[in-house]
Amino acid sequence: MLNVDRALDALGDPTRRLVFKRLRNGSCAVGELAKRMDVSRPAVSQHLKVLKEAGLVVVHVKGTKRLYEIDATAISALRSWLDELWENSLNAFKRAAEQEAAKRRNVK
Amino acid sequence: MSSQRTTEDPNSVRKTLDVNAPQEVAWRVFTEKIGSWWPLAHYKIGKVNAVDAVIEPSVGGFWYERGEDGSTCKWGSVLAWEPPSRLLLSWDINADWSYDPELKTEVEIRFIRVSEETTRVELEHRKLDRFGTRREQMREIFDKSGDWGQLLGLFARLAEGTRS
Repeated sequence: MLNVDRALDALGDPTRRLVFKRLRNGSCAVGELAKRMDVSRPAVSQHLKVLKEAGLVVVHVKGTKRLYEIDATAISALRSWLDELWENSLNAFKRAAEQEAAKRRNVK
Repeated sequence: MSSQRTTEDPNSVRKTLDVNAPQEVAWRVFTEKIGSWWPLAHYKIGKVNAVDAVIEPSVGGFWYERGEDGSTCKWGSVLAWEPPSRLLLSWDINADWSYDPELKTEVEIRFIRVSEETTRVELEHRKLDRFGTRREQMREIFDKSGDWGQLLGLFARLAEGTRS
């Protein structure tokens, strides 16, 4: 699940943003990313960990390889947004319904 | 928080909350008075300010917003109208906030009588995988915004603006 605050923090770092952009071209293993970006492997791992925790990146194990990808992030972002939308809307509805019920109780 | 996520099904969003109102009051406020509580300042698709939201009271009707200039923007249609216990709406608003009648994700709202004065409201927004049929289009939208950061920034602003 995408966490908006964490996602913003995660993408605030320019190297991380670059890692994320690279993954938009398709799934990739840590070593491969490190080689292409000229960043140390442990550093890339650390960046991927943050992106994963923010819900922007997922890992797929393929044989002995761990492949990172951002597939379905769009759906996840949208789902997260809808979740927030219904949370806010239903809370507003609850207030309105309870006000209406209270009004009717007072009339009785 | 009175509502909570009750499933991790990636294709649906579920909410449950208890409302201190009789079932038929809850139904009426949800349907007839949606314009009085829907957060129109944040959740609307028209270009002008929205001043009202309406759910037409029969199957085949629409639910929509009305702008200050009198224009309307459809959100979807009414698929089931079973007062005072069940409402099924289609949510046809696409990822770029335009009306797309082919989208047809579904929002089901159940009003369950818990007691004379309490109603449990269960909402499920499902078939979100149908957004997936627009996956390419969504990718374009996200690409158009240049940087994911911008889009996420927008999400965050929207979320913050509506947090009470």
